[in-house]
Amino acid sequence: MSRNPDISAASSANEDVVRFDNVSLRYGRGPEVLRGLSFALRPGSFHFITGPSGAGKSSLLKLVYLGARASGGGIRLFGQDLARLTADQRPAVRRRIGVVFQDLLLLDHLSAFDNAALPLRIRGARASEYRSDVAELLAWVGLGARMHAMPATLAGGEKQRLAIARAVVNRPDILLADEPTGNVDPDMALRIYRLFVELNRLGATVLIATHDQDMVARSGRPALHLDGGALTVRAPQGAAP
Amino acid sequence: MSESFDPARWRPAPLLPATEARDGGLVFVVTVLCFLACLTALGVIAADRAARGWSGQLAGEATVIVRAKAGETPDAAAARAAETLAGVTGVVEARALEKEKAYDLVRPWLGDIADLEDLPVPRLVAITLDPRAPPNAEMLDKALKAQGLDAVVDDHSVWIKDIRRAADTVRWAGAAIFLLIAAAAGYVIAFATRAGLAARRDVVEVLHLSGADDGYIARLFQIRFAQLAAVAGLIGAVTAGIVGAALRLAGGGQGLTPALPVAWIDLLAVVPCPLLAAVVATVVAHRTALHLIRALQ
Ligand SMILES: Nc1ncnc2c1ncn2[C@@H]1O[C@H](COP(=O)(O)OP(=O)(O)OP(=O)(O)O)[C@@H](O)[C@H]1O
Ligand SMILES: [Mg+2]
Repeated sequence: MSRNPDISAASSANEDVVRFDNVSLRYGRGPEVLRGLSFALRPGSFHFITGPSGAGKSSLLKLVYLGARASGGGIRLFGQDLARLTADQRPAVRRRIGVVFQDLLLLDHLSAFDNAALPLRIRGARASEYRSDVAELLAWVGLGARMHAMPATLAGGEKQRLAIARAVVNRPDILLADEPTGNVDPDMALRIYRLFVELNRLGATVLIATHDQDMVARSGRPALHLDGGALTVRAPQGAAP
Repeated sequence: MSESFDPARWRPAPLLPATEARDGGLVFVVTVLCFLACLTALGVIAADRAARGWSGQLAGEATVIVRAKAGETPDAAAARAAETLAGVTGVVEARALEKEKAYDLVRPWLGDIADLEDLPVPRLVAITLDPRAPPNAEMLDKALKAQGLDAVVDDHSVWIKDIRRAADTVRWAGAAIFLLIAAAAGYVIAFATRAGLAARRDVVEVLHLSGADDGYIARLFQIRFAQLAAVAGLIGAVTAGIVGAALRLAGGGQGLTPALPVAWIDLLAVVPCPLLAAVVATVVAHRTALHLIRALQ
């Protein structure tokens, strides 16, 4: 696993999974939420995004998962310039990205199992091919006994783990997580963190927005720190847990 | 409860919630529209059959009015005319009507006159024509003139033309009503698609962010509304079929009235209704959904 991810602007553009060049973002006619961000993520790297509430962590992730378009600058994913993608090409790029949304976005009329299976279904896979994988994954995040439960009947932490299962079920190349441990106890937070590490080891490039300074410090991973719309890269602090 | 869940038997659930409260209203409206469309179709078919029957009867016969010239009795003139007409190709039968028939025609104007014999009342000759190759009025006229007969041929063409025109009007009006109903159904479905999409923004958003393409999402709504329209079309068609059958039974073998002869076979006209409704719904829902999904981005 990559312990020294390369964030230098000098790295070759073709090898970067994510690359921001002087990117800015504003919502509608509002103020600039992100200003002149430049960074690149190497394949298999693992980063946190930190910063105070309202600093733009979710907004940065949104740009990566094609949930918003940059109002300035250029973004490349997998070597492709997002601005040049046609509407037909964007879904295929999205399918390579798994996202744990800050507000989870679970579908409340679908069971936990159906929610978790959604990305596979969209990809066009047959139920018989993925049923057992989904069941295994749900058991692994501790929802083995709640597979048929509706999201409304799940506890906060269970919902969060369900959202995580859905984000990773498709073996995404990029895994984005927005406050994935906000609702869980420290033990579960550690388990979830280890899940991300495991997926990272399997090749996913991981980017996690969090307020949990302890977790960042103990992980020994670098952080993209946002404040006032600007980005600074913080080198790993302390030792890995 | 949780123990009963067996992943091996799991089937993907519908991505759109199965039932929506407003679906009932939509089914009702589309059902009514389909019912009206089917009734229109039945009405047009019946009117068409009536028109065909009348004009067929009229085209199969003609009437000739014969006036006796000086030196010939009306009866002799009529008999001579009938003989002449019978010789024209395409005439199956020519029959001089009894003088009473002719008197019947003039009686309303002249009253009961005791001695009608003295009046030069014209006589009528009724002819039956071969419906496959009926001679026209001109040919009959020529044959009569050639025999020096003073006669007027009425081949009913004026009436037939009138009936045809009326039948055409009914047909066009039926088509217009049909299109109007289809447009109304399309509009209702477009409206419902819009509402459904707005109510299910969460589904659209999650699918979208999970990498579903626009067509995949639009298809969900398209299938939902096609099924709904097919059900509504079926109920509407069956109801219209029952009404048609009732008309047929009430009218007996001859149909309700000569003006609306419903036949059992006409009821087949309602059969395509569910399919047509589903096609309209599919096209409209797909286009509306695609348009809205693209606008969301
Ligand atoms: N959809 C939106 N429309 C308009 N403004 C928005 C929208 N989303 C976010 N913002 C604004 O952008 C700024 C950054 O928001 P963002 O959600 O990215 O912050 P954050 O760092 O994720 O905060 P938190 O830690 O509380 O989740 C905020 O000022 C917010 O009000
Ligand atoms: Mg946020």
